[in-house]
Amino acid sequence: MIFNLLYHIGRYIMLLKQTFSRPENLSMYWKETMRQMEDIGIGSLIIVVLISVFMGAVAAVQFSYQLDGTLVPRWYIGYIVRDLAIIESAPTITCLVLAGKVGSNMAAELGTMRQKEHIDAMDLMGVNTAAYLILPKIIAAVFMIPLLVTLSGYVAIGGGFLATVPTGTLSADEYERGLRAFFLPHNVTMMYVKAVVFAFILTTVPCFQGYYVKGGNIELGKASTNAVVYSNIMILLADYLLAVLLTG
Amino acid sequence: MIRAENIFKEFDGHEVLKGVSMEFNPGKTNLIIGRSGAGKTVFLKILVGLMEPSAGKIWYDKIDFFSLNKKQARAIRLEVGMLFQGSALFDSMKVEENVRFPLDMFTTHTLAEKNKRVDSCLERVGLVGAHKKYPSEISGGMQKRVGIARAIAMAPKYLFCDEPNSGLDPRTALLIDELIQDITYEHNMTTIINTHDMNSVMEIGDNIAYLHEGRLVWQGSKEDVLTSDNELLQGFIFASPFLQRLRSAALKQG
Repeated sequence: MIFNLLYHIGRYIMLLKQTFSRPENLSMYWKETMRQMEDIGIGSLIIVVLISVFMGAVAAVQFSYQLDGTLVPRWYIGYIVRDLAIIESAPTITCLVLAGKVGSNMAAELGTMRQKEHIDAMDLMGVNTAAYLILPKIIAAVFMIPLLVTLSGYVAIGGGFLATVPTGTLSADEYERGLRAFFLPHNVTMMYVKAVVFAFILTTVPCFQGYYVKGGNIELGKASTNAVVYSNIMILLADYLLAVLLTG
Repeated sequence: MIRAENIFKEFDGHEVLKGVSMEFNPGKTNLIIGRSGAGKTVFLKILVGLMEPSAGKIWYDKIDFFSLNKKQARAIRLEVGMLFQGSALFDSMKVEENVRFPLDMFTTHTLAEKNKRVDSCLERVGLVGAHKKYPSEISGGMQKRVGIARAIAMAPKYLFCDEPNSGLDPRTALLIDELIQDITYEHNMTTIINTHDMNSVMEIGDNIAYLHEGRLVWQGSKEDVLTSDNELLQGFIFASPFLQRLRSAALKQG
């Protein structure tokens, strides 16, 4: 069990070493990176907006219920929704969802390429397949996911507004007062650090799973599932570690 | 010239290749034949360097391939073209992009020069006008042709073909065989084909190597196949009673 774990960790590190090597042709890598940016960024816009609006709305409704009958001022709802979005929901929940969408897609894409001998064909031509197929995905994710997380934060705050102001739970001024209260720029830094780390995890772990697929469709399905499961575990573990490091 | 020297390969204690040695010369279509599970594909993958042998050496002219570092191996690979069993065309790229891929990756030619080369390769395999199609929009035979066009785009010295006729009707298979043979002669390439298609054996086999249970048991030309008294080879080539009768009749007529 432990030997197996160490074997896979070692293999993952070796793959990363191979991935971060000098590109054969920058323009080909650039083209592939642009394609990945479109896939990851534009392709995930709708799902990110949808989950974010509901995350913000649910947070607002839940905290409104929690604060009901207490001495805590109601405008605190805006403050709580904002910090919850910035610190946790925008980076973590968004990346967990993206691990399911983008990560499984990457594992399936690379796994299919392995099975259909596309990777062998590139290897044979002399292409560093780990670098050409994985590096553009990492670069694209590390640039696009923080942008998606930023959007998620704004939309979640908007979701909180929609769930509370039109329903009369609190006024727009109260919500805005909450949003402006106790703002710490460090929290935004924390959000971006998390976004970058999670983006790295949700691309490299699925790529590792897909790149080394052996066998047929059942193994490909397993690799895709493992990609999501392991990415989620790694993201949550990293979330905890970052929380400890960045708030200590 | 490519030379395999005493190649062994085992997977989890199971020996697939048991000391295979053979030589492949330029300007000839070299066929590796054998029953399913004989070790043909493993041998081909070792020859092209996609798999390392458990023991033995592969020589490209006077260079021991597996002693090379990555950079040196890459230089050799630029001289290798391969047609895969399933063609291995990149689904997200058009036909022309597939053929241009190695040129885009490894040359500094202008786009016009690269396109000119793509045109000539596609023309050579008889695919004029398929440039803008995706692999999913063309037939299996056309995909094989695109695979050949991509394999020859870098003007390789060595051409490898893994089951080039699999999934093709006999007529198309014959055309693909002829195309591979013509290209081999035109460019004086060392071509190695892994097949169990008997039509290929009798049509284009300049040098045929028969693998049986991981060992090389027979080697000769297509003319030698008919007259060989190797029982394993005869049992493989003339497997059906019809073919056995045909062979007897052919031998009687001299």
